[in-house]
Amino acid sequence: MGEVQIANYTINFGPQHPAAHGVLRLVMELDGEVVERADPHIGLLHRGTEKLIEHKTYAQAIPYFDRLDYVSMMCQEHAFVLAAEKLLGLQVPLRGQYIRVLFSEITRILNHILNVTTQGMDVGAMTPVLWGFEEREKLMEFYERVSGARMHANYFRIGGVHQDMPDGMAEDIGRFMDHFPKVLDEIEGLLTENRIFKQRNVDIGVVSAKDALDWGFTGVMLRGSGVAWDLRKSQPYEVYDRMDFDVPVGKHGDCYDRYICRIEEMRQSVRIVQQCLREMPNGPVIADDHKIVPPKRTEMKATMESLIHHFKLFTEGHRVPAGEVYAAVEAPKGEFGVFLVSEGENKPYRCKIRAPGFAHLQALEFMCRGHMLADAVAIIGTLDIVFGEIDR
Amino acid sequence: MDQDAALRELSDRANARLPGVITGSSLAFGQLTLTCEADAISRVLKFLRDDEQFQQLVDIAAVDWPARPRRFDVVYNLLSLTKNKRVRVKVETDEVTPVPSVTDVYRAAGWYEREAWDLYGVLFAGHPDLRRILTDYGFEGHPMRKDFPLTGYVEVRYDAEQKRVVYEPVALTQEFRTFEFMSPWEGARYILPGDEKAKGASGAPAAPPPKAG
Repeated sequence: MGEVQIANYTINFGPQHPAAHGVLRLVMELDGEVVERADPHIGLLHRGTEKLIEHKTYAQAIPYFDRLDYVSMMCQEHAFVLAAEKLLGLQVPLRGQYIRVLFSEITRILNHILNVTTQGMDVGAMTPVLWGFEEREKLMEFYERVSGARMHANYFRIGGVHQDMPDGMAEDIGRFMDHFPKVLDEIEGLLTENRIFKQRNVDIGVVSAKDALDWGFTGVMLRGSGVAWDLRKSQPYEVYDRMDFDVPVGKHGDCYDRYICRIEEMRQSVRIVQQCLREMPNGPVIADDHKIVPPKRTEMKATMESLIHHFKLFTEGHRVPAGEVYAAVEAPKGEFGVFLVSEGENKPYRCKIRAPGFAHLQALEFMCRGHMLADAVAIIGTLDIVFGEIDR
Repeated sequence: MDQDAALRELSDRANARLPGVITGSSLAFGQLTLTCEADAISRVLKFLRDDEQFQQLVDIAAVDWPARPRRFDVVYNLLSLTKNKRVRVKVETDEVTPVPSVTDVYRAAGWYEREAWDLYGVLFAGHPDLRRILTDYGFEGHPMRKDFPLTGYVEVRYDAEQKRVVYEPVALTQEFRTFEFMSPWEGARYILPGDEKAKGASGAPAAPPPKAG
């Protein structure tokens, strides 16, 4: 038999594939079952968020941040309000800072449950999703109780948070956090030592520390490769410097280490939430500067000055001094940053959103090359990508 | 603050090592911004990466200032994990002058430069794959430019008769509304309704005439 010429095979993965985690279109060139080239086509969910923000006042810009990475909503609001507060030189009251940290960590748990369980589903485990989503639903109830919305909370404000937590909620969060590690144990019981799960994840998508830095990885993607870097520790914002928590770091930089890191981060988040609940002082939750923070509705009904402030802030908004500032938070997926340019007007002149997933997805080809097609699915799962933030 | 002092030292070192290349530096809100000429960007980033331990390119942001002759700022945002510092490097360019690509310095630059090209039309010389990234296939124009309208030029819908998606010029059911919030006492750029009758109204561009009731 003569020599047989085998042509490479080009397939179109997505954009409507359940394992693509959204609207990822991946043009792959396969040699047999081995990925030779993977070209992600993104932008199918591009909504022009940055352009819209340039046409909105600062307060109107906050809801757009919920809709970027729609599984870690409040962390993104956080980056924006931090940037604006830096330009304004505004101090957030202590209780407001604690509530922000508390909800940032609830958000981290929300995000990691979704990622860990769907990664399990990508490689064939169905049950963790069902167990995990029950807990997510409870966490989203906390969102709903402070903000009125399960997901798109619009809870953080420039100067603090919109309103204080309702009575009894701290106890409910405490009860949830007492119970949640047991659920984590159960999910881990299904995945961590599972033979199939390990075969699909160990030594898949290995990234060295040097490559991770070069590709602009942040968050778990960087820590999984052994770089101990967490903005909550290294550049602490709000009251993170008072919190006692550990930063888990991986050794091998493969999908399995990143999974382990995420599980451990959830346990650390539980610790942070419990500390917040223990130490949270009483007091105001938002700064008392009515040139920036609108007065309460009851005050607005009673005094003329408040009425004027209320009207001005909800039509014109407030001015922000001219300047350029970059503020970043450790969002569950990595460093989420906002580069804000103000011209001294009531709208941002430019608001560049630095989404962690954008840098991670960029390295997909680098991580997939030489792997099997089925491993590409595991790698997409471990990248923790959400198209709301990548496409913006 | 010692963080500010460290950043100031970094700026001095950059000036000493790259004389004449760094054209300016500013320290505001505890954040350092260096400016340089566009064709020196690779040198500056290599210096920051190799000698100053800025291991990561966090972001590249373009900013549009249409009134300037060189209308675009390209802002490179760097992070040093070992020294726990951030620095921004800023270059200026216009629609036709390319900025040298820094994909050979930081591989992460690839998509960021594609994004700046797609949304602003900033050209990058030497980029291996400068395609559009976020906009639609076959999109025309650069939507983040200040002279690109928020509503865009075309809209899409599925045509049931042709059995495909069709592109049509944008038709707004309600007129697009922008509000001018600058008060007349601070130099508003519009003429108040009624003022256009006044003799010798200022030469400012006139607002569209008020609609009759």
